[in-house]
Amino acid sequence: MSANHDGANLLEVRGLTKIFGTLTACDHIDLNIAKGEIHALLGENGAGKSTLVKMLFGSLEPNSGEIFWNGQAVRITSPGVAKKLGIGMVFQHFSLFEALTAAENIALSLDDGSPISSIAAKARALSYSYGLPLDPESLVGDLSVGERQRIEIIRCLLQTPQLIILDEPTSVLTPQEADKLFETLERLRAEGKSILYISHRLEEVKRICDRATVLRHGKVVGHCNPREETASSLARMMVGSEVQAVVRAPVEGIETAQPLLEIRGLGRKPATPFSIPLKNISLNVRAGEVIGIAGVAGNGQGEFFESVSGEVLQQDAASVRIRGKDAGGLTITGRRLLGAAFVPEERLGHGAAPRMKLSENLLLSRHATDGKAFVGTGGMVKSGAVYAASQRIIEAMDVRKSAPDPEAAALSGGNLQKFIVGRELDRRPSVMVVNQPTWGVDAGAAAHIRQALIELSRSGSAVLVISQDLDELFEISDAIAVMHNGELSKPMPIAEATFEKVGLLMGGAEPGHAEHTLETA
Amino acid sequence: MDITVNILLTIATAATPLLIAAIGELVVERSGVLNLGVEGMMIMGAVGGFGAGYLTGSPWIGLLAAIIMGAVFSLLFAVMTLSLATNQVATGLSLTLLGLGLSGMIGTRFVGQPGVRLPNLDIPGLSSLPIVGRLLFGQDPVFYISIALTAAVMWFLFKTRTGLTLRSIGDSHTSAHALGIKVIRYRYLAVIFGGACAGLAGGHLSLVYTPQWVENMSAGRGWIALALVVFASWRPWRVLAGAYIFGAVWIGQLHAQAFGIPVPSQMLSSLPYLATVVVLVLISRDKRLTMMNTPASLGQPFVPDR
Repeated sequence: MSANHDGANLLEVRGLTKIFGTLTACDHIDLNIAKGEIHALLGENGAGKSTLVKMLFGSLEPNSGEIFWNGQAVRITSPGVAKKLGIGMVFQHFSLFEALTAAENIALSLDDGSPISSIAAKARALSYSYGLPLDPESLVGDLSVGERQRIEIIRCLLQTPQLIILDEPTSVLTPQEADKLFETLERLRAEGKSILYISHRLEEVKRICDRATVLRHGKVVGHCNPREETASSLARMMVGSEVQAVVRAPVEGIETAQPLLEIRGLGRKPATPFSIPLKNISLNVRAGEVIGIAGVAGNGQGEFFESVSGEVLQQDAASVRIRGKDAGGLTITGRRLLGAAFVPEERLGHGAAPRMKLSENLLLSRHATDGKAFVGTGGMVKSGAVYAASQRIIEAMDVRKSAPDPEAAALSGGNLQKFIVGRELDRRPSVMVVNQPTWGVDAGAAAHIRQALIELSRSGSAVLVISQDLDELFEISDAIAVMHNGELSKPMPIAEATFEKVGLLMGGAEPGHAEHTLETA
Repeated sequence: MDITVNILLTIATAATPLLIAAIGELVVERSGVLNLGVEGMMIMGAVGGFGAGYLTGSPWIGLLAAIIMGAVFSLLFAVMTLSLATNQVATGLSLTLLGLGLSGMIGTRFVGQPGVRLPNLDIPGLSSLPIVGRLLFGQDPVFYISIALTAAVMWFLFKTRTGLTLRSIGDSHTSAHALGIKVIRYRYLAVIFGGACAGLAGGHLSLVYTPQWVENMSAGRGWIALALVVFASWRPWRVLAGAYIFGAVWIGQLHAQAFGIPVPSQMLSSLPYLATVVVLVLISRDKRLTMMNTPASLGQPFVPDR
């Protein structure tokens, strides 16, 4: 693409490079954003999207390369400089202060020194004019993730930016909330503002973006008009090869199968002022099926996982039953001994000890259940057997690594996740509970993990998957339940489930009464 | 009647250094920095204040020197923890140890020397009024400074934009950095303010409370100030309440010991600590409010990735 300084481009980036140690996160990136367009930045996790936008917003300093703003070469040395130029950013991981009110959060990002009361009034007016209603006096800690994103957007709009960068904005929204966001974005485009839209959701990129730049392994691999592409051609550009489709054979006679995981009237008080209480959750997961739990982040999924896995014990031992036995009073090890396996959301520090080798991590989670295989007389570790088992898992899950038995932290996110899931699958557990199985995992590895979960269920295990990725749940689940504000809806068989129905439940339409949802909506 | 007034005056004198040091530390912790060096900064303020007062003969120059001494000493902590991102707990502890040792060394020639005392306020007509005269218009200047300081910090933290920014840094330094707030600069200023306050509190000890230099004369007051901040859930008016409860029970048990009440003196000596903790725990029953006021990034070193 030739240099263009006639002012039609609001932002031009040429040869932008960022190196972290031995990793080149961004390698000579070129990017042009015209006035009044919605420009998509596509790429898998780890492709360098977030690094690129952090450089555009001044949070990171590039090693080399140039940035032109309205044709003028600029150096964006801090977020303050970016804001002065007219660049606004809505962060993926929110940069809000939980203990402050919405108005105070907004005031902090404005430099004009106006009193907080007048900011509250301005924010309220602006939020209603864009159809994003907001109560400026509410504490951020009390708000849902969707409402928090509204604050981020309003905060960004109040600075009247020319370019708005949105980093994965819909990953925390229900489909209906996302629709509302798209309306806002189209309105902003009509006002002549430019938007850089970062996403890995191809359908929405096709729907609202005018142009797209695709990144892979830190390099630009193509520019295209997303409207002329198909979702699969965009995916091919992002991944660089065909992605294997997940196969899910329908199950038969599931109604008569034995429930292996039973949750009965599970409740939990909020542990901190900002966490969600669980209210009377009941669910059966039978042998041979995958049940998916959908929901917007922060609706009690984390609390639910902690309760089911035994990280937090229940008062009522019968509220969690594994293979017909009361498990509510048992610890994680106790529940594992009953035949259950758990994969938490956070890989490093929760699912695996970062500075320990893969074989040691294997021993940590399975020393109790596989005591005879891994621990010999007098408590001595049979390191040969542990090593052999870890190699078996590495092979079965196709874990890519640089050393025979590396530290967990040395693996990429996707490969570590494959190992952690494989470590539990290797036991052939009869109950498997997974929270966010493929969060931040590249498409190839994600397909592998999903297929493995389906196969585990078809071999006679009960699989429960908690995920915020609706596409994933529709791909692997036999039934989907929705968690909203600590309550769980009845599972909806996959044949009856649609994005719209699940989306309405995610937004809080009558949990537990899925069949009436469409009438009330 | 005179006895009551005298007791009230001694309570105020006992509470003032605690209040000043705790208010300073409160601002530091609200910015997300945990400085365990309060005791060290206080004793440095005490020796600096006494020394300057003794050498120049002016208690006011002594007080100024105490403030500067505390601030400069805290700068050491700021450079270590903020610029070099060392562990705040370890650095704070070593600051205390360093301060206790260094002040002893500096102060060897001051031991046993007569000090100078800051004169009490004396407003003709007002200060000689019965009862209220001495309580309201006849105390030492640092007492008035401590009350004004508490009010000013309350106003600053909760009514000004800069105060809001400071609190936001304590809540999440990564979010603050993402907004372009200069986290390190704010924290430097907060730490230095805290140091100046601790120095002033030390100056009060050696220029008002007992106008002489004795090694280790801070006697753990820095630690009490630190505890007050936590038990007061980082709220200024509660720090004030805590400091005065501590002062009152402290003076009360001294009088009880003098009267010869048949309770072991160790028991009485521990009473101020117990009473302060109990009262402050009772007023911070509201878990939610406590949580909201706790600086979430307290004690975590901040290293911006560039």
